[in-house]
Amino acid sequence: MEAAGLLTCYERMAVIRRTEKAAHDLFLQGLVKGTTHLAAGQEAIAVGASAALRPDDYVFATYRGHHHALARGATPEECLAELMSRATGLCRAKGGSMHLTKAATGMLGSYAIVGSHLPMAVGAAWSARLRGTQQLAVAFFGDGATNIGAFHESLNLAAVWRLPVLFVCENNLYMEYTPIADVTSVPRPAADRAPAHGIPGEVVDGNDVEAVEEAVGRLARRARAGDGPAVLVAETYRHFGHSRADPAAYRPAEEVERWLKHDPLDLARGRLAELGVGEETVAAADERARALVERAVEAARAAPDPDPREALTDVWADGGAAWRT
Amino acid sequence: MADLITYREAVAEGIAREMRRDASVVCLGEDIGAAGGVFKTTTGLLKEFGPERVWDTPISEQAIVGAAMGAAMTGTRPVAEIMFSDFLACCWDYLANEIPKVRYMTGGQVTVPLVVRTANGGGLGFGAQHSQATENWALTVPGLKIAAPATPSDVIGMMAAAIRSDDPVVFFEHKALLAAKGAPPPPGHVVELGRAAVVREGEDVTLVALASMVPLALKAADALSGEGIEAEVVDLRCLVPLDAATVLASLRRTSRLVTVEENPYQGGWGATVVSIVADEGFGLLDAPVRRVAGECVPLPFADALEEQVIPTVDKVVTAVRGLAAY
Repeated sequence: MEAAGLLTCYERMAVIRRTEKAAHDLFLQGLVKGTTHLAAGQEAIAVGASAALRPDDYVFATYRGHHHALARGATPEECLAELMSRATGLCRAKGGSMHLTKAATGMLGSYAIVGSHLPMAVGAAWSARLRGTQQLAVAFFGDGATNIGAFHESLNLAAVWRLPVLFVCENNLYMEYTPIADVTSVPRPAADRAPAHGIPGEVVDGNDVEAVEEAVGRLARRARAGDGPAVLVAETYRHFGHSRADPAAYRPAEEVERWLKHDPLDLARGRLAELGVGEETVAAADERARALVERAVEAARAAPDPDPREALTDVWADGGAAWRT
Repeated sequence: MADLITYREAVAEGIAREMRRDASVVCLGEDIGAAGGVFKTTTGLLKEFGPERVWDTPISEQAIVGAAMGAAMTGTRPVAEIMFSDFLACCWDYLANEIPKVRYMTGGQVTVPLVVRTANGGGLGFGAQHSQATENWALTVPGLKIAAPATPSDVIGMMAAAIRSDDPVVFFEHKALLAAKGAPPPPGHVVELGRAAVVREGEDVTLVALASMVPLALKAADALSGEGIEAEVVDLRCLVPLDAATVLASLRRTSRLVTVEENPYQGGWGATVVSIVADEGFGLLDAPVRRVAGECVPLPFADALEEQVIPTVDKVVTAVRGLAAY
């Protein structure tokens, strides 16, 4: 990756990291309700993939999806306002943390039933092929989703129809509270299953934004050329627990320490230095990210609550909720 | 076109009419292409529209309906077939959690214009896992439109409305009606979803029915007419939108209500109709309401047993007689 491109990726990752930290702090202040599944530590996957995709490609994500919404054009203000139940939220406060969506830029949703969005990505790729648009669909999912039936149905159908879809597994080593290795019959949950469906499966360092960008770009070109779907496992680690309620005490201290030293932002910073980008340039990017998220928090705090009448809108395409005469 | 068309042929004709007028309409499902569907309800579609618009799938209900959802969100109008309505349970996540919620939980950002067609109901001796009337399952989920036509003409008209709808529609095709014949409707025939039809007028009692229960209610009404009881028969056509106004208007004339439902009494759609009537039309009633519904057991195999479980003409006649004497 060129220095300028990498610096852009770095700044996007910094924005995501600070947005996740803000979400965490706002939760502790009682301003975010329900739960959150923070993606701090997994930023390079969303940012690296987005750098490789076309603006009109489709992305489907999971309940741990803040990084994908942000990487695909949602602003920190829209995201934090959604988490804080504000009228200005990305989904007008109807979705919450687990359902961030920015359809206008092809980020077609965050889904909280594990694995449910994989068939949707297959369908979006099918639609792109029917319409002849050369668009690609990407489903990001966790390692836990590889033991769901929809995962296998999706891989088979995508392979049989040779669809332009990528299945990107964010393997953070734990399905919720349980090590994925304890409940999965193969060592690489997604990549080892891919060949059973006639699909290539690769593994990449998910904390290396350049490596993710390269792998997604290569597999995307292949899929757009009509050579069919692929599975990419991006190995990574979450900095927080599974959800807000989880302190992740089950993770060995040595493991946590090792992964924290393999931080995606640190890796990118080191690489920028290798490319001759000065420390002051990187510090300026950090400062822009800090200021952006700080303004976002202030704006979200100041934003109004939703109009209660909004509860009875948006069921149907006409905007309403009428079910009877 | 033939003088008469079967319900089965009307399904394919209804889909074909929409595929001719809108290139974004595509079909997917198990055995729908070369085989023409296990019920022959998609015969001729592959030949006319080709494999780029009619797609045979593996036996993967989640992938079928999930892919239809993804395609509907991105500029196509998929018509997905789930072979038997019992199999909706295999992809229920999509009908309960994904399709009906995605527009709402994204604050209106996405639209899901799709149709899930499925063969519903008993009467053909397929046993407990291929015979249920499951229209009430869908009725438990806000965000799904529910169509269940009773005649070939309505199949075509409601299919047109369902495919053109920007909302998701679950379209129940009744297995016991597939061989039923009727006049084919003229080109451009559209039956707006949520418009019930008064298919027989009468002043003594209102029978509210759906799908195969409509001809059954009509037979019961004919039998009752010989006894001097004139029943009005309302074909609901849809459960969502539910045309409660037509039911209440009928009760203003008859003051007596019987629902005729194939789905089980427990949680059946008639309970919703009756609750609306109790809430908004209590003063119209001169007698208690009666629900003739499926018994609360799985569907048995033998005809003699199945008759015990699902509504019959005799059960409806008996219920109406009791009400008329009230």
